[in-house]
Amino acid sequence: MAFRRGDVLVFAKPPVIAAWAAAGGKKEKQGPLAGGFDFLTEDTAFTEEDCPNWEQAESHLQQKAIDACLRKAGISHKEVELTFAGDLQAQCTASSYTMRGVQAPYAGVYGACSTMAETLALAAAFTGSGLARQVLAFTSSHFCAAERQFRTPLEYGAKRTPTAQWTATAAGACLLRGPGSTGIPVLSVTFGRVQDYAVHDINNMGAAMMPAAASTLLQYFAGTGTRPEDFDAILTGDLGQVGSDLLLQQMEREGVPLPNHQDCGCLLYDLGSGNVQAGGSGAGCSASVLCAHVLPKLLHGEWRRVLFLSTGALMSQTTFLQGESIPGIAHCVELGCEEGAK
Amino acid sequence: MKLNPKQYDQMVKKASPPSPVLKDCLWAFFVGGGICLMGEALRNFYLMWYDKELAGTLTSITLVFLSAVTTMLGWYQKLAAHAGAGTLVPITGFANSVVSPAIEFKAEGWVTGVGSKIFNIAGPVIAFGTLASWVWGLLYWAMGKF
Repeated sequence: MAFRRGDVLVFAKPPVIAAWAAAGGKKEKQGPLAGGFDFLTEDTAFTEEDCPNWEQAESHLQQKAIDACLRKAGISHKEVELTFAGDLQAQCTASSYTMRGVQAPYAGVYGACSTMAETLALAAAFTGSGLARQVLAFTSSHFCAAERQFRTPLEYGAKRTPTAQWTATAAGACLLRGPGSTGIPVLSVTFGRVQDYAVHDINNMGAAMMPAAASTLLQYFAGTGTRPEDFDAILTGDLGQVGSDLLLQQMEREGVPLPNHQDCGCLLYDLGSGNVQAGGSGAGCSASVLCAHVLPKLLHGEWRRVLFLSTGALMSQTTFLQGESIPGIAHCVELGCEEGAK
Repeated sequence: MKLNPKQYDQMVKKASPPSPVLKDCLWAFFVGGGICLMGEALRNFYLMWYDKELAGTLTSITLVFLSAVTTMLGWYQKLAAHAGAGTLVPITGFANSVVSPAIEFKAEGWVTGVGSKIFNIAGPVIAFGTLASWVWGLLYWAMGKF
């Protein structure tokens, strides 16, 4: 069972991530992590599979990640006992349409770009407590589906600001099993608290989400009595270049400097090349970096203990137009390495 | 946390890289100027056969047509990513702002998608343009009274 340390849920007997998979599109294929992906396509519209629109294309991408993940876990859809999933589309439709085909019990989750850590944390809580034996957690984002929903049509000629981030066309899926199984152990999870420091700029999401990341990290360190040096890496979801700089400054000020911080948004693409600006973003960004980069490193023993924080900006197009500020959230998942679990 | 919104606003301003204004301006100047030059060349071309007014109209039509075609091919947006206001301000930018939602929202149907979303971006320009001309018309009328 688990016990609480402040906001941190620590698993005495940790559940594990038994299998995982990442799927991505064209830009992800050109990025430095391409080698870690299980599925990559240049055809992000899935025209060859007669996909009618971008929303369904995102769902296709999720299906690729899930299929690869379950194949690696050696199980069929039917054996999944519960699924936590979500995406950026209004009403989380990409995930719901995907689950139409999967036919496993499903609870939709919206955490914007924090969804991967959120679904992972929920899945860990359920498998860790024995409420389910095999739980699937997945999320995605699709550049084209996100642009048309949150910004402007794809063919509209607009200039991106240097602080803007590129929504990843990517999906990540993890299958979790209960304590004692083989896999990467989930040592603890921390659900974040919403933070709003009055950032209004929709083109500077990293800045809007930074306080949430700092807050969750501080909650984690205070609750567990650990220090950043105890980890091989502390990964934030999609703060990008600007948000990362701000996070380092803030943590320094709090007396908890982060010498080993990395940001998934800065890892997924070559910054400065092809319109990426301040880095990647979107729920699929941290999800795919987790599955293509972080978990393999833990599997191979290159890393032994990391903190994985997905960060989400919780505004909508409506609240943004109404002039509201952008609330942020960050959930933290502590991951160990395989030997650590036994 | 040792942070307040006011303090954070300063931090964010400092950490956010500014737009490269000179580079952006040069791009906008040359591309925007280029489009206008093209318009002038077209006008002179049409003037060989038609009068001033018709030549002007034909020039606008041609520019709008070219913008629509390049938008469809995905080129206009690529140029605009560098040129900014250079592609936004000329009449070609207006055409792009009408054609791009038309393409984008075709998936939601001809009437409920294209029909209702086509002026999504251009709508405010049309609405306030109409308002401005109405106000100016009123002023013009009032000035004639004296």
